[in-house]
Amino acid sequence: MAKATAYISYGKLIVNGKSVLNFRRIGSVIGAVLRYLILIGISYVILYPLIVKLSSSVMTRSDIWDPSVLIIPKYPSLNNYKLAFRFMEYPLAFWNSFKLAFSVSSLQLISCTLVGYGFARYRFFGNGFWFSLVIFSLVIPPELILIPLYLNFRFFDFFGILPDGGFNLLGSAWPFILPAITASGFRNGLYIYIMRQIFRGAPKELEEAAYVDGAGPFRTFFRVVLPGSIHGLVVVFLFSFVWMWNDYSLTSFYWPKGKLLPIMLSSLTRNVLGDQYLHAPVEGSLVNNAGSFLIILPLLLLYAFLQRYFVESIERTGLVG
Amino acid sequence: MRRFRLTLRQRDNLYGYIFILPFVIGFTLFVLAPVIQSIILSVTEVTITATGFDTTYIGFENYYFALRVHTDFLRQLVEVMGIMLLNVFWIIVFSFFAALLLNQRFPGRLVFRIIFFLPVVMASGIILQLEIQDYMMAIIGEQVVENYAIIDPQVMAAFLMRMQMPEQLMEYISMAVDGIATIVNSSGIQILIFLAGLQSISPSLYEASQVEGATGWENFWMITLPMVSPLILTNIIYTIIDFFISTSNSLIQLIRDTTSQGAGFGVSAAMSWIYFGAICLVLVIVYLIFNRLVFYHD
Repeated sequence: MAKATAYISYGKLIVNGKSVLNFRRIGSVIGAVLRYLILIGISYVILYPLIVKLSSSVMTRSDIWDPSVLIIPKYPSLNNYKLAFRFMEYPLAFWNSFKLAFSVSSLQLISCTLVGYGFARYRFFGNGFWFSLVIFSLVIPPELILIPLYLNFRFFDFFGILPDGGFNLLGSAWPFILPAITASGFRNGLYIYIMRQIFRGAPKELEEAAYVDGAGPFRTFFRVVLPGSIHGLVVVFLFSFVWMWNDYSLTSFYWPKGKLLPIMLSSLTRNVLGDQYLHAPVEGSLVNNAGSFLIILPLLLLYAFLQRYFVESIERTGLVG
Repeated sequence: MRRFRLTLRQRDNLYGYIFILPFVIGFTLFVLAPVIQSIILSVTEVTITATGFDTTYIGFENYYFALRVHTDFLRQLVEVMGIMLLNVFWIIVFSFFAALLLNQRFPGRLVFRIIFFLPVVMASGIILQLEIQDYMMAIIGEQVVENYAIIDPQVMAAFLMRMQMPEQLMEYISMAVDGIATIVNSSGIQILIFLAGLQSISPSLYEASQVEGATGWENFWMITLPMVSPLILTNIIYTIIDFFISTSNSLIQLIRDTTSQGAGFGVSAAMSWIYFGAICLVLVIVYLIFNRLVFYHD
């Protein structure tokens, strides 16, 4: 009678010459299950507030106090949306916000791309010095320069060129447009940094070929370099658009009376409930959720539309060089 | 007519400055000028007049007021530093871990990547601000946690207490558990940066080590970690900056309130400078510590 043999080789338990258990395969299955558990758990943490917001925005007062209602309301209604839509003057505020965010982010995209390219490709005198100033502009707290900027825009005299007083640029789009044109707006240092890394990582050969063929630096930049870095451009545009669209800290400072979505949302409960707004946290919260959703929705659509570029840009460009 | 020709060096200088010209102008007008004005403001008393604003020099009185007279500023400054250290640690750990997961090949990877970057779109500006202020959602959230959480925070706290853990460590852990949502929601860009770094590691390194018989564990410590270590530094610095300049930061709110509530432009400018000094100090210390640990491939 043959002796029963059992041994482990190459991660397999082999009994009588037949492979019974494959430890590696078991390990990889357990690993895959664990991975999905963790990913689903984290996705839940990210999506949960969105789901709560969505569900409570269609709730009525009675749903809130009903303990059996958690996510799906018993008496769903669009009343909160109607209120939010009316009191935020949604079509007007949407159009104003869109104009502001689109123009500011486009201008930032253009200026930061140009500047980033200059830093990445030209070994000019003082390159390192100016780049350290880019990082400096990113690091200083906005509060530090916000007050002087506020005063400058309030009494805008082209920094001393115009005689006394100057213009009041507050309450218009100019305090956002001017820094955007000159690549020195909020977080523009980050965009310059990203674009510089992308251009540094891109192969030089195409540009050299264009130079050999007689194209100048600008022609080369617009015809050869830009089309090759479309993914990075989309990422920067998305960041910049989202930050401008949601921004409340700068808009409330420079343009507190503007009919922009974040400003309308911040005073929404007060407008809907009148003097009662402090005493009715539930109604206020319901309307606020509907209002927030009205602001996020266009961004979600934009993200859904651009996510392909966003996710792919990681693989294509290697954001980091 | 002969064309005027530049040397390579001159060409680089000329076109380099043409390309960065917008930033040179913008930096001078919208960063450098306000910075200088803010230094001036911090040592003066500001009064708004009909045609502009007047300043009177008062020396370091504003700094003195911010540090010694103001009841809350110094305490908040220290507190914000503490929260920052805690947050940065967990954000880096989490985003590195998430990037490792999202870098593997598995079905549904695209869906998870889309979800993980969602906070970049949602968690900013007014939406974030309302979330912080929304008391009702906080109450509902607590109820949900009580009813459905796998680990009840109170039960866990009691459990840890019985294990005779030092109280501070326990506090630390329970704070970390409370802050999971905050951490996850502020990690979007860091995940993006780590993921880009992981993608750029040459596969030939892993192939070579596999031939030598290295395990995945060894690969992680010997290849993955050293290769992305420059990005760990980048991310730490980015996270610190992001935390310090975010408007949900309580100190920024305090400085802003000081401006509007009478104490005046001068005091809030002085506060901003103290704050900026603290940020720089933290950044320099972090840079000096971590730069020694970072492995530079080239």
